[in-house]
Amino acid sequence: MPESVHSQDPDQSMVDAEQPEQEVVSNDPILEERQIVVLPGATDTAASFQFEGEGHTMGNALRYAIMKNPAVEFCGYTIPHPSDAKMHVRIQTTDSTTALEALEKGFNDLMDLCDVVTEKFTSARDQFNEESGNRMEV
Amino acid sequence: MAPLVPSQEELQRRRIIGINAETVTNIPSTDFPGHWPGESHGWAVDEFQKVCAQTFFRAITCAIEQILTICIEQNFQVEFHRNDQFEASFSLIGLDASVANAFRRILMAEIPTIAIEDVFIHNNTSVIQDEVLAQRLGLIPLKGSVEGINWMQWFKKATEEGGEEDGPCDFNTIVLHLDVECYKNEHAAKDEQDPRKLYTNAHVYAKDLLFTPVGRQEQYFVGDNVIAPVNPDILIAKLRPGQAIQMELHCQKGIGADHAKFSPVATASYRLLPDIKIERPILGDDAKKFAKCFPKGVIGLESVTSAEAAKRGSGYEGHAGEQKAVVKDAFSDTVSRECLRHDEFKDKVKLGRVRDHFIFNVESTGQFDSDVLFLEAVKVLKLKCNRWKRGLTDLMA
Repeated sequence: MPESVHSQDPDQSMVDAEQPEQEVVSNDPILEERQIVVLPGATDTAASFQFEGEGHTMGNALRYAIMKNPAVEFCGYTIPHPSDAKMHVRIQTTDSTTALEALEKGFNDLMDLCDVVTEKFTSARDQFNEESGNRMEV
Repeated sequence: MAPLVPSQEELQRRRIIGINAETVTNIPSTDFPGHWPGESHGWAVDEFQKVCAQTFFRAITCAIEQILTICIEQNFQVEFHRNDQFEASFSLIGLDASVANAFRRILMAEIPTIAIEDVFIHNNTSVIQDEVLAQRLGLIPLKGSVEGINWMQWFKKATEEGGEEDGPCDFNTIVLHLDVECYKNEHAAKDEQDPRKLYTNAHVYAKDLLFTPVGRQEQYFVGDNVIAPVNPDILIAKLRPGQAIQMELHCQKGIGADHAKFSPVATASYRLLPDIKIERPILGDDAKKFAKCFPKGVIGLESVTSAEAAKRGSGYEGHAGEQKAVVKDAFSDTVSRECLRHDEFKDKVKLGRVRDHFIFNVESTGQFDSDVLFLEAVKVLKLKCNRWKRGLTDLMA
């Protein structure tokens, strides 16, 4: 894999990491010990990744996030067999990036989206509660 | 070269999924880079986050709102319609179906909750078999301190490949006891027919489940925050004198994907906002008939003003004072397509749905408030992303 990808990764040992947001879920058996496998035949700009134990929930949302990347030529996901808990994501990119970088950017974008959704949802809810609270008092 | 920016009319056109009598049109989203030549459509979180003027002016006038509704493209908005403990309804606007669907799926199957998992039956002389009773008990929704539930960890079970099972501990198991015995009520009237008065404990209810805090659970589950069934009046079993049930129930953390009893919602669904366009005037008795094709309140009747009647080519010429059909409340429509079955309306109306306007309806079972559940769902999606992203570092090495 290209050097640039590796160097972008922050050195974990140097960062005084904050406690994970949710200690509780950290020993989640459902998410633990699952890995991403790069399927055979991958090149830098075209690769298929296999996610163990993942389904349409993540698959389709991730596909959307990756397709939003202008450097991605193709992205699709599939669950090859319904009784195998495996999800494949195929990514083909232009030369300006790599499939792996596109995948990582997909995750980052999806997380940014989640932050915005949380923020806007919370403020809309608080505003609504305030307004309906006022109405009740009248 | 700066990317092309499509006109507002064009963007609005792309947002509407057409619904015809037998077909649907303009179905897939097209807001991807490379789909429309020259346009950008790349992911931009600041665009998504941007607050549209519409939110500020929403209340002012209908006319202004209509203009401003058009000015939204990629930015995301939330509108609340209802927010109760057991039911919340809200619109997420400007989201892609894939993401909205991820939230919905997570709501149903991936938010951890507590439910009865292991039942140790010491005595059961009721007419309900042990396994049937255990199954019924599992489905009872429980409530308790949210903080405490979040503090609880997963109960690690032994798998086929081996691996050790965690023993029950204060951080992974909540213990409930059910200990009831039915006997005759001495004070019952001679001719009493109602078994509930004739006997004591003839009906076993969810409220008979007693919580026994263990270890650190005493800090979390106290006062109003004890673990208890959401609804105390769920009937568990019926007994007759001499019959008794004694059991110990172990509750554990789990997710709906594993068993529906762990699902925190009764329903979590979304629908797309309906869109009705009356393209040519519908007047007089036709207007009344047209309104009847829709649920109440969706179509209203208004008189044609003299100004409209004076306008050439409007289709209202010479109809001043007559009733015309107008769209009052598309939100409540069911998009039944009834109006398209009548030849007189076929070409005068266009039905559709707004592609990126999701009207969510979340009904909680009671362990969490409905609005909190949605926030949990977003959190779970983010957590999943984070976890997989961390897994990527192995690939890069």
